[in-house]
Amino acid sequence: MDALDGNAIAGLLHEVFGTEMTTATGRCGNCGFIAPVAETVVYLDAPGTVMRCRRCISVLMVVVRRAEMNCVDLSGLAALDELTAV
Amino acid sequence: MAGTAVRGRLTWQVATAGSLTDETPAVRTIELDVPDWAGHSAGQHIDVRLTADDGYVAERSYSLASAPGEPVAITVERLNDGEVSPYLTEDLRSGDAIEIRGPIGGYFVWPWQDDAASPLLLVAGGSGVVPFRSILRHRAELRIKTPTRLLYSARSLPDVIYRAELDATQDGVEVSYTLTRQQPPGWTGHSGRVNGELLREVAWPSSQQPIAYVCGPTAFVESVASGLVDLGYPPNRVKTERFGGVGGP
Repeated sequence: MDALDGNAIAGLLHEVFGTEMTTATGRCGNCGFIAPVAETVVYLDAPGTVMRCRRCISVLMVVVRRAEMNCVDLSGLAALDELTAV
Repeated sequence: MAGTAVRGRLTWQVATAGSLTDETPAVRTIELDVPDWAGHSAGQHIDVRLTADDGYVAERSYSLASAPGEPVAITVERLNDGEVSPYLTEDLRSGDAIEIRGPIGGYFVWPWQDDAASPLLLVAGGSGVVPFRSILRHRAELRIKTPTRLLYSARSLPDVIYRAELDATQDGVEVSYTLTRQQPPGWTGHSGRVNGELLREVAWPSSQQPIAYVCGPTAFVESVASGLVDLGYPPNRVKTERFGGVGGP
């Protein structure tokens, strides 16, 4: 499957965070690149959903659904702030 | 979960298909009656969920094709190996129920209240034109004067979605097409893929502080977005939305 972007998982992110997240700003834990979540690189079938940094392609977020539950790994993000829209 | 809409939560709800319009042989617009629709902004989308008899679930995201205030509508392109689009474009009948949630997304939305003075550039590849119909209708309904250009790349003239509506736009909207694979005899529009030369011709000069929206298949969006940055557009003035699917416009 093609690499998409954060817009493609707006619904999933809203489900996980309880609010609109594509305008939130993420900072890559590896290279420090700051970008709106909408501009990250997203793979829907990785398996699971994988969000990567557009500059260094490090993994920022992984969401795996198991039995009606979303398991979310945010360890690749240094920061995620919905209040500082770019 | 369904039926108990919590404020701020995104919940699945049942929508009923209304009128169906075939835009091209592979593309259909579906109006949806959604009982608890909170209203949407131009450029937002919805998620559609189909559940098979054996419990297998497939979800896809579709851009809203209608302007805020109009009945909810999506325009779906059939992908022959798709899990959701063949059902939506071939099997769904008016009156059928489907599960949806939305509106979703806030990034690929035109903030006309804050940015009405900046010329607007919309660049679409294939069915990437769908959110732009919502934006153009919204602009027309509110009589927003923002100078607007749409550059729409399609494989051939019969593949152009909303052609009659786009050809009828006026009042400060310029629409240009480029046909990548087949041009009819006497075609006076552009031919071939969107490249730097075509962008230089069609896009607003960066000195006018334009804002650009680019929507289409991934490779198309990457190429157009970097072309605009090469023309001097700041990256944060080029908003992008990518979708998967067929071999491109």
